[in-house]
Amino acid sequence: MEKNKMLKSKNWNDMAILGIFAILVVGLTILKPVFLAPDNLINVIRQVSITAIIGIGMTFVLISGEIDLSVGSIAALSGIIVTMSLRDGLPMAAAIVMAMGAGALCGLANGSIHVYARIPSFIVTMGMLNIARGLVLVITNSYPVTGLPDSFKVIGRGYVGFLPVPVIIMLICYVLGYVVLKYIKFGRSIFAIGGNIEAARLSGISVNRNKILIYVLCGVTAAIGGIVLASRMFSGQPSAGDGLELNAIAACVIGGTSTTGGKGRIWGTFLGALIMGIITNGMNLLNISTNWQLIVQGAIIIIAVGLDRIKNTD
Amino acid sequence: MDNTNMLEFRDINKFFTGVKALQNISFSIPKGHVHALLGENGAGKSTLMKILSGAYSKDSGEILIEGQSVDIRNTTDSENLGVAIIYQELNLIPELTIAENIFLDRQPGKSGFIDWKQMRTDAGEALKQIDIELDVKRKISSLSVAQQQMVEIAKAISLKSRILILDEPTSALTESETEKLFSVIRRLRSQGITMIYISHRMEEIFEICDSYTVMRDGTYVTGGSIRDVTANMIIESMVGRSLSQVFPETKHETGEEVLRVEHMDNGKEVKDVSFTLKKGEILGFAGLVGAGRTETLKAVFGADKKASGKVYVNGRECRIHSPREAIRYGIGFLPENRKEEGLVTDLSVMDNIVMAKMENAFEKGRFSMKKAKQLCASYIKSLLIKTPSERQKVKFLSGGNQQKVVLAKWLNCDPEIIVLDEPTRGIDVNAKFEIYQIIVNLAAQGKSIVFISSEMPEIIGLCDRVYVMYEGKITGELLKDELTQKKIMYYATGGEENGKK
Repeated sequence: MEKNKMLKSKNWNDMAILGIFAILVVGLTILKPVFLAPDNLINVIRQVSITAIIGIGMTFVLISGEIDLSVGSIAALSGIIVTMSLRDGLPMAAAIVMAMGAGALCGLANGSIHVYARIPSFIVTMGMLNIARGLVLVITNSYPVTGLPDSFKVIGRGYVGFLPVPVIIMLICYVLGYVVLKYIKFGRSIFAIGGNIEAARLSGISVNRNKILIYVLCGVTAAIGGIVLASRMFSGQPSAGDGLELNAIAACVIGGTSTTGGKGRIWGTFLGALIMGIITNGMNLLNISTNWQLIVQGAIIIIAVGLDRIKNTD
Repeated sequence: MDNTNMLEFRDINKFFTGVKALQNISFSIPKGHVHALLGENGAGKSTLMKILSGAYSKDSGEILIEGQSVDIRNTTDSENLGVAIIYQELNLIPELTIAENIFLDRQPGKSGFIDWKQMRTDAGEALKQIDIELDVKRKISSLSVAQQQMVEIAKAISLKSRILILDEPTSALTESETEKLFSVIRRLRSQGITMIYISHRMEEIFEICDSYTVMRDGTYVTGGSIRDVTANMIIESMVGRSLSQVFPETKHETGEEVLRVEHMDNGKEVKDVSFTLKKGEILGFAGLVGAGRTETLKAVFGADKKASGKVYVNGRECRIHSPREAIRYGIGFLPENRKEEGLVTDLSVMDNIVMAKMENAFEKGRFSMKKAKQLCASYIKSLLIKTPSERQKVKFLSGGNQQKVVLAKWLNCDPEIIVLDEPTRGIDVNAKFEIYQIIVNLAAQGKSIVFISSEMPEIIGLCDRVYVMYEGKITGELLKDELTQKKIMYYATGGEENGKK
């Protein structure tokens, strides 16, 4: 009996987000059948791909019970690095590796400072948010980076068959993220750290090393997001990715990841990002002012977490 | 059982910044024994166990396992030597499954990938070894405390532990769960596993342990075979003085009815509960954990929602929807979990005491530090709170003294009715006696006490009248001279209802 009850509540929890998703899709289809057109659907997924990619690293960080506010700035920094490298004639592979390396380094700094100086992650990453953005402004002197080779367009604007390249990149990242979280020791340790850090430590899990690795990973996904963004804009914009951290956190939270740690799921984050994309798309289709979109998005975040709460106190 | 020693401590010393935590501790534990490690809180038991489990390092001395001198520098070392510790506050990851918790950080698998199927099979095996049936796919957060403990033990077994330390394992268990735990302990003993059993409960020590060691103030006091001692002898060596008696004499008059609860029901754990409380009475609520005692009183107090039921204070019906209203009607509630519900541990003793009724520290309509200090000083004196000053943060006090701070907080509200929910859980013998004395004194002053406890000796020793609950209902009411463990157990397991079956 007890088991049944558990199963029921578990399903309900999954249903909450799937329910919102279904209501949105059905509702929009009835109001604007064009919503279901393949072109429009792919467009939605492409639009959310950057938030969704950055959301992967954010999911890891949130499950571990921490937060990363610097991902938007890291995305901008890597975007600038990849574009500047390309402008200066570096091969594409080298430019991408450099940009991802910069993201990893920022993550390494976040994690190490948080772990060794024992500064709360909120503070450390808020500092990094400013530092990385400041670096971008210093490097570029606040001017956009242009004069890029056409081949760079592929990442953000290209297609393989009917699938946009950013969507393919996102899907690969999600498969990798899922496998790491479910089947690799490191992934399971993240749940342990977020769920009960003391127990994790006593079980021999190297909490510090794992935490640093989580931040490095988050830095890398932020960098990938930044590269895709730069390619889509076909320029290195110093203000790129502003506020992306909040979108990424929102995607995680709507998807059922707990901000207090120990709980979360990678596919939820994808669905969370998708739900936000569908709202934007739907409101555009319905000719509702963009000013209203923020309000609806905010309400959805609260409702999604609220539904989760109801289930938890049941 | 053979005569070889599984574990031996030789002249262990440990200092904490000038304080001698352990001083020349030497004793040994025979192989396959369940060994009781006894002493008040602060006697050094935990420190010694932390040295054995590698959480602390010793300053001097030697530890021998099976006659071999061993070097334990961290938790991995002790794990490799077959030492496992089951902490009082369980160390499991709530959102992970049983299987994952058992194999945390050593999940079976190939080339870095976790083999979930293998892990579940192995976890099932580990549980089977201690004769426990649980679905290994269940999350820890869905288990009872007793079940979680079994998972911890299964984990220790799967680690091939030879020495198992159980730190107050029964403090949150019901009697039947305790019995189950004991059968697991006996099973492990028959498999040759040596156990160190830390508990404040004397009956358990005599039921399950073979030998014992008593520590006091960081030194070894006495030890030997459990057959050669009595509970009083052990308690006397623990507290270092002879005890005239455990429970203070309760000579007080009970007056008229001050509280009446009719048909209380919260739609869940509490089913149609009615009871009365008289002035100056110590009214016990006995029963197993989960019988609905806490929930009943929380519903009365307005801390939980009630579906139906009426509460009369001094004969007048009161509609209590929140703790705030209950306090206004003169009801105080000392919660079960002092750290979570009773205290703000990061605040000072003074902040905690004045919290519920700051007005008492007001002078001319404003908060007066001087008055607050005086107020605290009087409670620190009357309740014998051991604290360097009223400015000390509560988290640095011992469990017993923390409990007294919660008590002081409620006394400051000057309630006529005080609900005490498991007030002596997890505190040492001496502090327990002091709390008993405080309770008796309060009753003598005319306060009415509702005393919820799972420990039958204190229910029997203190209460004027006792209600026994089972599955959300009151199954029996016993007067002082009718109180026996047997009668309480009869009602606590369903009473007549069960008899009929």
